[in-house]
Amino acid sequence: MKIIKIGLIVLAFMFFAGSSHAAELTPAKGDTFPDITLSMTEKASEKEYLGLSGKGSFRISQIKAELLILEIFSMYCPYCQKEAPIVNELYQLINKREDLKNKIRIIGVGAGNNPFEVDIFRNQYNIQFPLFSDESYSVHKSVGEVRTPYFFVIKKTGDKKNTIIYSKVGSIQDPKQFLDMISEESGLK
Amino acid sequence: MFSKNHFYFYVLAGILALLYSSTIAYGASEQFKGKIYNTGMLKPVDSKTKLKPGMKAPDFTLPSVSGEKISLSNFLGKKNVVISFVPAAWTPVCSDQWPGYNIAKSLFEKNAAVLIGITVDNIPTLFTWTKEMGELWFPVLSDFYPHGSVAKKYGVLRSSGTTERALFVIDKKGIIRYIDVHDINKRPGLETLMKELEKLEK
Repeated sequence: MKIIKIGLIVLAFMFFAGSSHAAELTPAKGDTFPDITLSMTEKASEKEYLGLSGKGSFRISQIKAELLILEIFSMYCPYCQKEAPIVNELYQLINKREDLKNKIRIIGVGAGNNPFEVDIFRNQYNIQFPLFSDESYSVHKSVGEVRTPYFFVIKKTGDKKNTIIYSKVGSIQDPKQFLDMISEESGLK
Repeated sequence: MFSKNHFYFYVLAGILALLYSSTIAYGASEQFKGKIYNTGMLKPVDSKTKLKPGMKAPDFTLPSVSGEKISLSNFLGKKNVVISFVPAAWTPVCSDQWPGYNIAKSLFEKNAAVLIGITVDNIPTLFTWTKEMGELWFPVLSDFYPHGSVAKKYGVLRSSGTTERALFVIDKKGIIRYIDVHDINKRPGLETLMKELEKLEK
């Protein structure tokens, strides 16, 4: 009996440890974005884009930008596939804006996708901004297992660093309106 | 004492069930929100195929969603063929496996391979379900009537009447080169499939 009880306690602990991921709420507008870790990109152009150097891994707080747009996607998700050209358009729009192009960065995190799968997505849609693999779903868990595509916009500067100014599931709709909205919300404009 | 033991058993089962259910929703697409029937965790494999790599692939003819009838023998001497059986429309995992294949067309073409999707659902169901995935570049066939007859030939019909989540790679000579009767609850890796295709004559 005692053994069963001990076993149960151990299981209960395992459950609570496990569920602390699943039950973790998705960070909302106004919250601080968790300082997640990603594997370092090997592409020099991407390192330059993000203001990073070195190998191994990095924390998103190290990305040099005033505003970070982070998309959680999956190559297997039809909505994310439909969204890809829209996000590409957003990326192009930002690049054309002299006042914004050095302040805003976009990254994508492929929930459950291995590097091979992320590459397929990148090649299919000719995506120019950095995409990262989250094969073990660790990032996905730390943002409350959101449905995809999910967009976070994180204000990296100011009094309260890494404050979320946008946290929503689904399409960003019109890229120009989206860009106007987030630059206004963050005080970049 | 006996009832107490039972009590612990139920608590334990409950905890395990909760643990399981919390792992199912991984990476779900917003598109299918509210439209997917949650099957829960199923027995990983529920059939036994007699087919083995090296054997001749059984021929079949089935109707496709686009209206034409497709036979495996159509591709004999022309293309390598990947047959992807998925268990059922509107279920988890299946609803994202084919959208993934849908953006990997060039990888199939590179290996002179065509992809054929098969389920035991009827054509109207497959029509609506695949439409939700967007435009698919590969044919989707209905093994609805006589129910699951092709799945049976390939030894992947489950006792519930759905099929396994199974991949068959067949070369241009009609010989089976690779079989993956996958855990029905998991998506087979695309990378593994592509490595198998690369081994074939182009």
